[in-house]
Amino acid sequence: MSGLRRFLPGRSWLGAYAAIYVGFLYLPVIFLPIFSVNTAATPKFPLSGYTLKWYEQLPHTPALLDAAWNSLIVGISASVLATTLGILAARAITRYRFPGRRSINGLIMAPLVLPEIIVAISMLLVMLQLGLSLSLFTVVLGHVLICIPYSMTVLISGFEGFDRSLEEASADLGESAFGTFRRVTLPMVMPAIISSLLVSFTISLDEFIIAFFLTGTEATLPIYIWGQLRFAAKLPGVLALGTLLLVLSFVMLSIAEILRRRAARRTSNEGGLYA
Amino acid sequence: MPERPVADRPMIEITNVTRSYGAFKALDDANLVIREGEFFSLLGPSGCGKTTLLRMIAGFDNPTSGTIAVDGQRMEGIPANRRPTNMVFQSYAIFPHLNVEQNVAYGLKRLRLDSAEEKRRVEEALGQVSLNGLGKRGATELSGGQRQRVALARALVMRPKVLLLDEPLSALDKKLREQMQVELRRLQQAVGITFVLVTHDQYEALAMSDRIAVMFGGRIAQVASPKEIYQRPVNRQVADFLGGMNFVKAEIVEEQNASLLVDTLGFGRIKTDKPKAFVRNGSGATLGIRPERLRVLWDDSSAKFEVSGKVVERHYFGEITHLIVEIPGLEKPLSVTETNDFGADDIPVGSSIRLAYDPEALVALAD
Repeated sequence: MSGLRRFLPGRSWLGAYAAIYVGFLYLPVIFLPIFSVNTAATPKFPLSGYTLKWYEQLPHTPALLDAAWNSLIVGISASVLATTLGILAARAITRYRFPGRRSINGLIMAPLVLPEIIVAISMLLVMLQLGLSLSLFTVVLGHVLICIPYSMTVLISGFEGFDRSLEEASADLGESAFGTFRRVTLPMVMPAIISSLLVSFTISLDEFIIAFFLTGTEATLPIYIWGQLRFAAKLPGVLALGTLLLVLSFVMLSIAEILRRRAARRTSNEGGLYA
Repeated sequence: MPERPVADRPMIEITNVTRSYGAFKALDDANLVIREGEFFSLLGPSGCGKTTLLRMIAGFDNPTSGTIAVDGQRMEGIPANRRPTNMVFQSYAIFPHLNVEQNVAYGLKRLRLDSAEEKRRVEEALGQVSLNGLGKRGATELSGGQRQRVALARALVMRPKVLLLDEPLSALDKKLREQMQVELRRLQQAVGITFVLVTHDQYEALAMSDRIAVMFGGRIAQVASPKEIYQRPVNRQVADFLGGMNFVKAEIVEEQNASLLVDTLGFGRIKTDKPKAFVRNGSGATLGIRPERLRVLWDDSSAKFEVSGKVVERHYFGEITHLIVEIPGLEKPLSVTETNDFGADDIPVGSSIRLAYDPEALVALAD
C-alpha cells in the first residue's frame, strides 16, 4: 500500500479533486432542503430560523394539487405504456435473433441522446399535423417516447439470459400455460418490470421541456414550479415542493436499481450455466 | 447388484415418425420400440435428430407424420403438461427464484396432495439423489452436480412412466460425469422407471444403457445392446462413431446367407459373419477390427492368426499405450491399443512386431 502511494504522488490531489467535484454536483441540491425549512422568504445566509410552515402550506395550494394530480396521471400512464411497450421490445431483442436487431435497438435508445428541445418541437409539429389538441394525453405520448429507452435498459438487463427451458420445465411438470406465466415467467421478470415502472414514473415526474411544449392548459409539477419562480414570495414553497420531489425521485430510483440488480442476478445465473 | 430384468412390454412406440423443417428432415421415418423399465440411449453426433425425437416424446415438438405412443396411449394432441413423461433438461432449468424443496415440489403443487404427503414425497426424492438436508438451499447457491440432482429429483418426484434425459451430464467435468454415470444407472435400477437418455458421448451410452439407438442424419442406424453395438456395428459410420476402428479392404470370394468368405491383403483369407444390414456393392467389402482386439505377441509366443509389421508411432496414455503399426500390403497402418502391464509402453518406434488377432473380431461392414 505504501509502495503504491509512492508511485502516485498526486494521490492526495486526486482525492481533493474528487471531493470538490462531488461537492459541486450535490451542494446546490443540499441548499434546497436547507432553505425550505428557513423562516425567511429569501434564500440567504445566515438562516433566520427553523420552520415547517412552507411544507404545511403545500396541501392548501389548489393549483399545486392540480399540478400534482396531473403529474400523477401522466406519470402512471406514461410508465405503464412505456413499460408495456418496453417488455415487448426487450423480449424480442433478448430472445430472438433477427436481421436489424442491433440497429433497431439503437434507434429505440436514440431519444436518450437527442436534444430534448428538438424532440419536443418535433413532437409538437407531429401532434399538430395529426390534429391532436394539446392536453395531458399528448404529454403522455411525449413522455412514453423518452421513457422507453430507460425502461428498455432496465428490462433488457432483467430479461437477458432468460432460459427458455424454464418455461418448458414448468410445462413438463404439469403446469398450464397460464400457470407457467404466473409461477415462473412473472416472478422472474417482475423485479425488472417494477423497476422499469419506477424509473419511467420518475423520469416523467421530473420532465419539463416536453411537458411544457405538449401540454395545453393543464400544468404538470415542473411546469407549475416554473410558473411559481416568477414570484419571489412563492420561492420557499417551491423549495419545499422541490425537496419532496427530490426525495421521492431518489427513493424510487434506488428501489428500481435494487430490483433491477435482483432480476439480473436471477436470470444471469441461469444463463451463465448454459453458456 | 443384480441387473433388473427389462419387461418385454412396450413403453414407447415410435412408428414412422418424420419431423421436417421445410425441405430438411430432422427425423426421417423413425421406428423404435422402447421397453418398460429399460435404460435406453439415443446416441449420435449433433444434428442427428436425437434431441428432436426426445422433445417429441416430451411434447415440446410434434411429428410432421407418424405416431408416438407412451404406455399404449397415442400422444397426438396431448400437450407436454399432460403427458406421463418428465424431463431432465440439458441446462437443468432449475427455477432460480425457488429453493431446492420448492423446485422439487413444483409439479406436486398441481396434484393438491395434503402437505404431509407432499413433504414426504419431496424428502423421498431428495433422498434418491442424495440431497438430504439441502432442501432449504437456494437454487443459485448450488454446484453444477447439485443442480443436476435437483433436476433429477424434480422429475422423479412426479413418478413418471418415462424419464427423459437431454444430455444431462455434458455440463459436468470428467470425474463428476463418470461418477454420475454410475449413479444414474444405479438410480434407474432402483426406481425401475423407463429412462430415455440423449447423448453424443459413446462411453456414456455404453456404460449406462440396456440398449442404444445410434442415429445419423435423422435416421436410426442400429438398435442393439451396448456390447453388440460396439462389437457388431452394422456399418462403417456406426463402427467409427463408437470408438477406434481399423478398416481393412477386402475382396468377396464367396457370399452365403449368414457368412462371407473374403480375401484381404494383410490378413489373408477370412470367413466372417454376414450382418443383416450388409449390402453387397460389387466384389469389394470392408472389414473392421477394434484396436484392442489386436494383441502384441512377445518374443517366443505365437498365435494361430497373426500379422507382422513395423511400429511407426507410439502414444502413451497412462494405463494403455497406443501403437500405430504399418503392415505390408495394408493401405493404412493399424491402430493397436495395448495395456501397459507387459511393457507395451517400452516398444521402440521402428521395431518389428507381430500382432495376434481372432478372425471373429474382424466384422464385415456395410458402407
